[in-house]
Amino acid sequence: MRKRPPIYGLMAEFETPTQIVEAAKHCYAAGYRKMNAYTPFNIEELHAAIGFHHTRLPLVVLIGGIVGLVGGYGLQYWVSVIEYPVNVGGKPLHSWPAFIPVTFETTVLCAAAAAVLGMLALNGLPMPYHPVFNEPRFVLASRDRFFLCIEAIDPKFDMEQTRAFLLSLEPHWVSEVPH
Amino acid sequence: MATEVKTPYTGPERRQRARAPIVAPGHTFATVTDKISSIVLTREVGKGWILGFAIAFALTMMLFVALSWLFLKGTGIWGVNNPVGWGFAIINFVWWIGIGHAGTLISAILLLLNQKWRTSINRFAEAMTLFAVACAGIFPLVHVGRPWLAYWMFPYPNTMGTWPQFRSPLIWDVFAVSTYATVSALFWFVGLIPDLATLRDRTRNRWARAIYGMLAMGWRGSARHWHRYEVAYLLLAGLATPLVLSVHTIVSFDFAVGVVPGWHATIFPPYFVAGAIFAGFAMVLLLSIPIRVAYGLQDFITMRHLDNMAKVMLATGLIVGYGYTMEAFFAWYSGNPFEKYMILNRMTGPYGWVYGLLILTNIVSIQFLWFKKIRQNVFLLFLIALTVSVGMWLERFVIVVTSLHRDFLPSAWAMYYPTGWDWATYIGTIGLFLALLFLFIRVLPMISIFEMRTILPQAEVAEVKE
Repeated sequence: MRKRPPIYGLMAEFETPTQIVEAAKHCYAAGYRKMNAYTPFNIEELHAAIGFHHTRLPLVVLIGGIVGLVGGYGLQYWVSVIEYPVNVGGKPLHSWPAFIPVTFETTVLCAAAAAVLGMLALNGLPMPYHPVFNEPRFVLASRDRFFLCIEAIDPKFDMEQTRAFLLSLEPHWVSEVPH
Repeated sequence: MATEVKTPYTGPERRQRARAPIVAPGHTFATVTDKISSIVLTREVGKGWILGFAIAFALTMMLFVALSWLFLKGTGIWGVNNPVGWGFAIINFVWWIGIGHAGTLISAILLLLNQKWRTSINRFAEAMTLFAVACAGIFPLVHVGRPWLAYWMFPYPNTMGTWPQFRSPLIWDVFAVSTYATVSALFWFVGLIPDLATLRDRTRNRWARAIYGMLAMGWRGSARHWHRYEVAYLLLAGLATPLVLSVHTIVSFDFAVGVVPGWHATIFPPYFVAGAIFAGFAMVLLLSIPIRVAYGLQDFITMRHLDNMAKVMLATGLIVGYGYTMEAFFAWYSGNPFEKYMILNRMTGPYGWVYGLLILTNIVSIQFLWFKKIRQNVFLLFLIALTVSVGMWLERFVIVVTSLHRDFLPSAWAMYYPTGWDWATYIGTIGLFLALLFLFIRVLPMISIFEMRTILPQAEVAEVKE
């Protein structure tokens, strides 16, 4: 097993969305993979620039929706036909058109719950502690600054070379992030 | 050569006049963040806030008194009788749930339609939805007579060996409203997460930092997180859009599936949905006009927003007007004597004055919104929105009461008069709604900060030549 690196990574601070997207692209081109960008709002181009293309979230939501659909309809069928059959105005026990509204609602409910819980789970939230918060300037990541962090576990990571490389991207600031 | 005739407002000048900006120029990521978060993080509580909250809180207490008396004595304290078994409870339920719909419309449907102007009003419109649904939920709960047994409406295995009747629109309503409340709350909370992180990072108060920090769940704005977040948010919007349409459709089924003349109409679902959006936008205007002045948010909630909301109100109001016309037309065209009598009685019977008032408030008043001058006049806009809010309440009164009070047999006819407890409950929920809004404005950012950053011109990523 590899030894835990002495620091979490090197973090560069940028002032505009264009700068950070360019910087992320350069880092990726230079072969860095274990990196992440931190921004005050979503920048469409950025996740692709750091090499993150795909999320399984839509699949999770689809599964949630199917569970809600089958569960909702199944519940009504089981209640109305098997467990508690009641003759209402001579309607058939399996009067499926009347079951559509509730089926629709349970589908939406489960899909929406899957979207929220799935997003949080895939993002690893809630996470009470994370090393990036050790950088005092990081509070600006939720205001107006854009941060790019190359993590020390990246095979290409080298304290001196990586720092020099980050500085070549003309950031506002570069700092070491302790664990 | 003919002299150039200068028609008023052509070319770029016209576009500029028609399109006030959605954010006043000169703002940066930092100013937007500081301006909106300072409303929450400031130490002083304004005198207006205290006064407003005190009034709203007093009305909420009145609600609790009215409900306590109801629980002690039963629904006999209300004006409901036979044949008008559905009185204020259902009127207020439909009114409140309709108001809620504009919030979902703004946050979900306008998001899918890529209407960027929604950004500065979606947060508090969603809060409005949540609080309106909370107020709406009170009524069906307390009108069942024994509210402590309301959970019987949910399907769960029980010792009585009974199950809900899934062919009943009232059970559909239970599912629709509880799903709507849950999904609205989820949507609202997801939208809040990045802003809670901003508040966590900006507050100097230890307790506030701990609370906002816990609620933000460690959000750090990672690009990977943002990507999943955007996907989740879009999917939620896509789910909430048909949901909001389904909820008021199902609410209208409560009426339309019955055989009572005046309820049994196929026009009900679309006309209820349009009415809901109409009432909801009126409420958003009613709230945003004073709030933008009180907190100096004219840079973010600009005239463009008010203008657009007025236009949506006009459009949906016209659909509602079409609904009224078709109701009357089909009553005549059906050849059904009960339907015919119902519409005549509605217009000229003992509640005819309510119907007249309804047409005046919902249909006549909005015709002024055709004029740009009036849409640009904040005071008149506020007045029209207030009128429409009253009008939409009258509409539900007309639908519920005039249909029930004279049905098939004249021997069963009776008048319906609300009692003081009816009014206390209704006005009490308005107090609860406002009290929750006051608290919301004080402790959470009422405008979505991170979305405001994205609509600034600086947020664009420029193409860089390699």
